[in-house]
Amino acid sequence: MEWLTEFPAMDKTALRALKKGIDGGFRAWTREHGDTVEAFFEPIKQMLIWSEKFLLNTPWPIILGGIVLIAWLASRSWKITLMTLITMVLIGYFDMWDNTMRTISIMVVSTFVSIILGIPIGIAMSKSDKLQSLITPVLDVMQTMPGFVYLIPVVMLLGIGKVPGLLAVVIYAIPPIIRLTNLGIRMVDKEVLEAADAFGSSPWQRLKNVQIPLAMPTIMAGINQTIMMALALVVIASMIGVKGLGQPVLQAIANQYFTLGMFNGLAIVGVAIIFDRVSQAYGKRLQSHSEVVHGK
Amino acid sequence: MASDTTNGVKQNSTVEIKGLYKIFGRRPKHFMDAVKEGMSKQELQEKHGHVLGLKDINLSMPAGSIQVVMGLSGSGKSTLIRHINRLIDPTVGEVLVGGQDVCKMGQGALRNFRRHETAMVFQKFALLPHRTVINNVVYGLEVQGVPRDKQETEARRWIDRVGLSGFEDNYPNQLSGGMQQRVGLARALANDAPLLLMDEAFSALDPLIRMDMQSVLLDLQTELHKTIVFITHDVDEALRLGDRIAILRDGEVIQEGTGQDIVMEPADEYIQNFVKDVNRARVIQTESVMKAGVHSGATVEVSDSANLQDAARIMSDAQQQVVNVTNGDGQVVGHLDLETTVAAIVKQERRHTTPGSEFSA
Ligand SMILES: Nc1ncnc2c1ncn2[C@@H]1O[C@H](COP(=O)(O)OP(=O)(O)O)[C@@H](O)[C@H]1O
Ligand SMILES: [Mg+2]
Repeated sequence: MEWLTEFPAMDKTALRALKKGIDGGFRAWTREHGDTVEAFFEPIKQMLIWSEKFLLNTPWPIILGGIVLIAWLASRSWKITLMTLITMVLIGYFDMWDNTMRTISIMVVSTFVSIILGIPIGIAMSKSDKLQSLITPVLDVMQTMPGFVYLIPVVMLLGIGKVPGLLAVVIYAIPPIIRLTNLGIRMVDKEVLEAADAFGSSPWQRLKNVQIPLAMPTIMAGINQTIMMALALVVIASMIGVKGLGQPVLQAIANQYFTLGMFNGLAIVGVAIIFDRVSQAYGKRLQSHSEVVHGK
Repeated sequence: MASDTTNGVKQNSTVEIKGLYKIFGRRPKHFMDAVKEGMSKQELQEKHGHVLGLKDINLSMPAGSIQVVMGLSGSGKSTLIRHINRLIDPTVGEVLVGGQDVCKMGQGALRNFRRHETAMVFQKFALLPHRTVINNVVYGLEVQGVPRDKQETEARRWIDRVGLSGFEDNYPNQLSGGMQQRVGLARALANDAPLLLMDEAFSALDPLIRMDMQSVLLDLQTELHKTIVFITHDVDEALRLGDRIAILRDGEVIQEGTGQDIVMEPADEYIQNFVKDVNRARVIQTESVMKAGVHSGATVEVSDSANLQDAARIMSDAQQQVVNVTNGDGQVVGHLDLETTVAAIVKQERRHTTPGSEFSA
């Protein structure tokens, strides 16, 4: 009656052979194509290095001014702008400026990459039900798989450093922008689309003049979520050598430095709130013309 | 531009629809024979899950006139008008605009046709919410690739023409419904297309504003002489605007003719229901009920295109029982007495309130 108490699992040696086979195959593939893969990611690596250098080497008052200005331009809200200023000043005062710049750098680049890849994928998905039913489960897996698991193949391929970190962040953070671009375009008012067609719009004109602008509030919500998820992965990504606010947190866990962990954790929260409020306010401003305010 | 322009009016914008069928569903062609042999819309839907949108539509709309298509909700009006610029593809049949079969056009030709030969006005306005009034109105020209300064001068001209000067930089959501539809109309007119398609364009508006918009349209039409296809479910609107009216039921045209034809000789009960509350005195013209010959006793005259209300007023003002009817040249072509006039005005009510009575011959 052993088969009742123990699940009839696959034979141990066979299982070991299977795992070994897959690992071996992947390793061989990596050895053979590692250079090509690395070359492929070279531009992204350069972009990461450049943006980090820019943020670290520019005198802090200029960066601070720039961040506050962007917050103002995007949100047009004194409250949000002031909150941004205070948060950044506190971060600097408690000596976390450099790490915050590193974190902002990888976030900006990974958000940028997510947008560049995510929006076209979302558009393609909105145009084909078949593609939608293919991509949706992939996105589900990407979002539910624990962050650590796909760090493994990424590290096997690219080692430890900025690029694998970015890759991990993008994989984790890209699903919302894809999903919401797809959703936003599918939700565009059918009659407005008919109008665009009736006036003889080409597919590109229809996309550029109608679908993207009308989907923009939804797309912005996706960008906002993408930014938040990217930030959430910063701590995990620091395990594979991404520098920034995540590393001191890891260090603090290992050595039980409560205050160090707390400060850096709060800095991450501060940055998250800034990005969240600013991008949301920007999205709201975009949407203002779609609200119904008869006879104003 | 694709077609020649004379006096600002493009030529050749007759619309002819021949043997048009539309079945919605997964295998429309499969049910064509059954539908041709008379399967009803209901049977097709209940037994086979397909929707009969249009059945054997044959309509001919002369250039420069207003063709109204009327019917209850779900009768296929929107489906029909969307075949004219092929927003919907037919199951079988031909749609000829200016002699060209719209259904046979390739992608490029269709786009050109839509850009230059047609313009459309929608029930819920379908404006771009993120664009100002002027940027909505330029849309058709922008898509055509007209230079920006020309787009703007044209747009401003039409915005002015529909009475929206001063609102150029407002967003649609800052305007009332009537004003939004003026934007929709200006957008369509700016396209300078000879064929204007209007799908329940005024149905979403309040009655007074609707009357207002009808006047705007009629006023423009005396100047522009476009071919206009106007969809409505409102019989008063149909009678006011339509040079000709086609009535749809369950995807079929059940009567086609002038407003008078339909009011005087409704083809069946469905149409009788439509026209039962119509003010016949204002629709029926003297010409259609007058008796032949000059009446020697008549001292007053009325035009043959005047309506019965006018004729009755003339008679009562002159305290006469009879009036002579004159044509456009002032010649007397017949006469009309008060009794006939009154009988023609009330005929419908009598017939309707006593169904199945001996009154039929
Ligand atoms: N895309 C579609 N798929 C299935 N049925 C449709 C579709 N479009 C319209 N119909 C059906 O065709 C009929 C006519 O619709 P429509 O032309 O919109 O009517 P109307 O404009 O007169 O209210 C209705 O029964 C409607 O349900
Ligand atoms: Mg309709």
